[in-house]
Amino acid sequence: MRVMAQIAMVMNLDKCIGCHTCSVTCKQTWTNRSGMEYVWFNNVETRPGQGYPRRWADQEQWKGGWKLDRRGRLRLRQGGRLRKLAEIFANPVLPTVHDYYEPWTYDYANLHEAPLGDDYPGARPRSLLSGRPMEIEWSANWDDNLGGATELGPQDPVIQKIREQVGEKVRFAFEQAYMFYLPRICEHCLNPACVAACPSGAIYKRVEDGIVLVDQDQCRGWRQCVTGCPYKKIYFNHRTGKAEKCTFCYPRVEVGLPTVCSETCVGRLRYLGVMLYDADRVTEAASVADDKDLYEAQLGVFLDPHDPAVRQAAARDGVPHDWIEAALRSPVHALISTYRVALPLHPEYRTMPMVWYIPPLSPIVEAVAETGFDGEDADVLFGAIDTLRIPVEYLAELFSAGDPLPVQMSLAKLAAMRHHMRAINVGDPVDEDVASAVDLTAQQIQDMYHLLAIAKYEDRYVIPTAAAGDARRLEESVMPNECSVGVVEGEPGPLGDDSGRRNLPMVSLETFHLTRKRQTADREEEL
Amino acid sequence: MNTFLWGGLPYLVLGILVTGLIWRFRYDQFGWTTRSSESYERRILHIASPLFHYGILAVLAGHIIGIFIPASWTDAAGVSDKTYHLFSLIAGTAAGILAIVGIVGLVYRRRRYAPVFRATTKNDKFMYVFLVGNIALGLWAKLSHADYDYRSTIGPWARSLFVLQPDVELMTNVPTAFQIHALIGMALFAILPFTRLVHMFSAPVKYLFRPYIVYRSRDPKQLAEGRTRRGWESVEP
Ligand code: SF4
Ligand code: SF4
Repeated sequence: MRVMAQIAMVMNLDKCIGCHTCSVTCKQTWTNRSGMEYVWFNNVETRPGQGYPRRWADQEQWKGGWKLDRRGRLRLRQGGRLRKLAEIFANPVLPTVHDYYEPWTYDYANLHEAPLGDDYPGARPRSLLSGRPMEIEWSANWDDNLGGATELGPQDPVIQKIREQVGEKVRFAFEQAYMFYLPRICEHCLNPACVAACPSGAIYKRVEDGIVLVDQDQCRGWRQCVTGCPYKKIYFNHRTGKAEKCTFCYPRVEVGLPTVCSETCVGRLRYLGVMLYDADRVTEAASVADDKDLYEAQLGVFLDPHDPAVRQAAARDGVPHDWIEAALRSPVHALISTYRVALPLHPEYRTMPMVWYIPPLSPIVEAVAETGFDGEDADVLFGAIDTLRIPVEYLAELFSAGDPLPVQMSLAKLAAMRHHMRAINVGDPVDEDVASAVDLTAQQIQDMYHLLAIAKYEDRYVIPTAAAGDARRLEESVMPNECSVGVVEGEPGPLGDDSGRRNLPMVSLETFHLTRKRQTADREEEL
Repeated sequence: MNTFLWGGLPYLVLGILVTGLIWRFRYDQFGWTTRSSESYERRILHIASPLFHYGILAVLAGHIIGIFIPASWTDAAGVSDKTYHLFSLIAGTAAGILAIVGIVGLVYRRRRYAPVFRATTKNDKFMYVFLVGNIALGLWAKLSHADYDYRSTIGPWARSLFVLQPDVELMTNVPTAFQIHALIGMALFAILPFTRLVHMFSAPVKYLFRPYIVYRSRDPKQLAEGRTRRGWESVEP
């Protein structure tokens, strides 16, 4: 056993209102730069929907993640090492910017420079890639809230799969439509395919907190990682020619602050905490034969910090004391391992993702309530879970490689929680059987309620700082005492954009200046 | 003049190449990239880029064979001069044509697609002139002097450079086409570290041998953003 610690995230989809606040704040913080216009480290997609980039979940097309070879060993779906090097001059399955969307701005100058005339002047869209006028045909959220679902919906890879397998009629007619939101960031996987795909060895997983980062100095722009990541969460900065990805806001996490997307989440649905896991068992767990066993296999890799033997082993393997303490209070561990309500996104990609999701329940309650039954009555709810507005099959394709059982269990627990808490609130006798029917105790249900519904800030985020001794120095690394305003905008260097040795400007400063410039620029050329 | 061109210049170029690479590596790790434009346009690139790269690798291999394998070796192996030259002509022309077709495709694509063209720096254009020019020149030299025996002149000259006793005489009577090709080739080597072509020196051969998953620790030396100069350290406790 080799104990390692990772900061992981859980999102409670029940509460996501699809406001995109998380995406916007993330963009303002990290990707509001030229070369990254089309990039959303955090994006929120409506499901059913194609997602961003379009149809990313179709691995037949994009070849992301791992698969088992004939002898049952893990191989990158994209091909072995030699094959990848042979294809390095033109990656056959690289998404182009158009698979995300072509970024644009508007000809604002025309609004106040147009000659006096009978028509109102308009601001035409101009491509930020070519600088020419363009038609806007797609964007990061074109099919938001089922927009165009009658045409676009059937292209959702999950819908296609369900139609093939279950033959179920999935309707987009208004009265039968269903939808929910799926906010996505990089999964900071335990078995990251992006790291494995990088020919330069520039992408790495940090030992201390499991955050997966791209070394900007070592990246040589081979773009294999973009294909490697099945979640398409590595992006190619087309200006600097380097790969960039979600950083899990490591400068914040190092000093104990939640990531920007978590901090600003309007639904307060994100949880951050430490997971302890056995690094020696990761590969074995990622190679189990049946896709449907991957969820259980990954649960088996996680270690229980309440077990004294685990704590001892963790201390032996160099996990700092305050991290072990934090693991004990970790909301993420509670939701994933104790209550087992959170599930991994697409475990079948075999990357062992570390951002987990609690499947959405609310629409069920409504659907059942409409039929005249009491939507919070336990019997009705348990029975109704299979006749949900959001088909369990759909959720199962997302969260458990098509196995309905884990999703049903998770939803049943959420339903039991509602029933239990309602009984308490209206003064009904509490039926302990409901709790035990879903393998929980009454106390656990109440704790879970506290975590999910009350969701206090300090319960949602339990983040140990990077080793306490480092804390002061780390603070300085986030707030450098040297002013780094020196180079603010990415002036093209002599050898290409951003070349040369200088301390790269703090992203926040660069972003600040670029945003101001963009907001005040009248013409595309000024950008 | 001849002494300088064929006895001094090669060493100068080598010096520029090596110091240039070291300088670039130390000064500009961040700019050391392929700066791929595949994310803008992929149809043409998917054909032209492999054509060019494999073509140019074959050309490189051809040059190495031509220069470093003396005629006496192939004779000893029982390959007649005629066979050798026929092989060299056919394989060399084929490789050259692959590379030329590839790069013409790439340059066309660069001009034709606005996003790709906008991402082309002055530096790139400058480099392309040398690169395209020299491939074309090389092919022309080869085809216009199909039966020229470079193995008794250019080959031994190039080898003589490596033993530090440049035999300048060998180059004086070489056809002008070959001479220009060699000179522009040297120019290309000299500008190489300062262009996007540097990416060839980071060919990821190591990838074949490393474990799939890379772990790293936070490096305490790299924690602070700027390097604090001596005497300017923070005075706060
Ligand atoms: S989700 Fe993140 S860590 Fe996992 S493969 Fe993709 S980029 Fe890598
Ligand atoms: S901020 Fe929160 S509620 Fe809003 S879209 Fe993002 S995850 Fe959902």
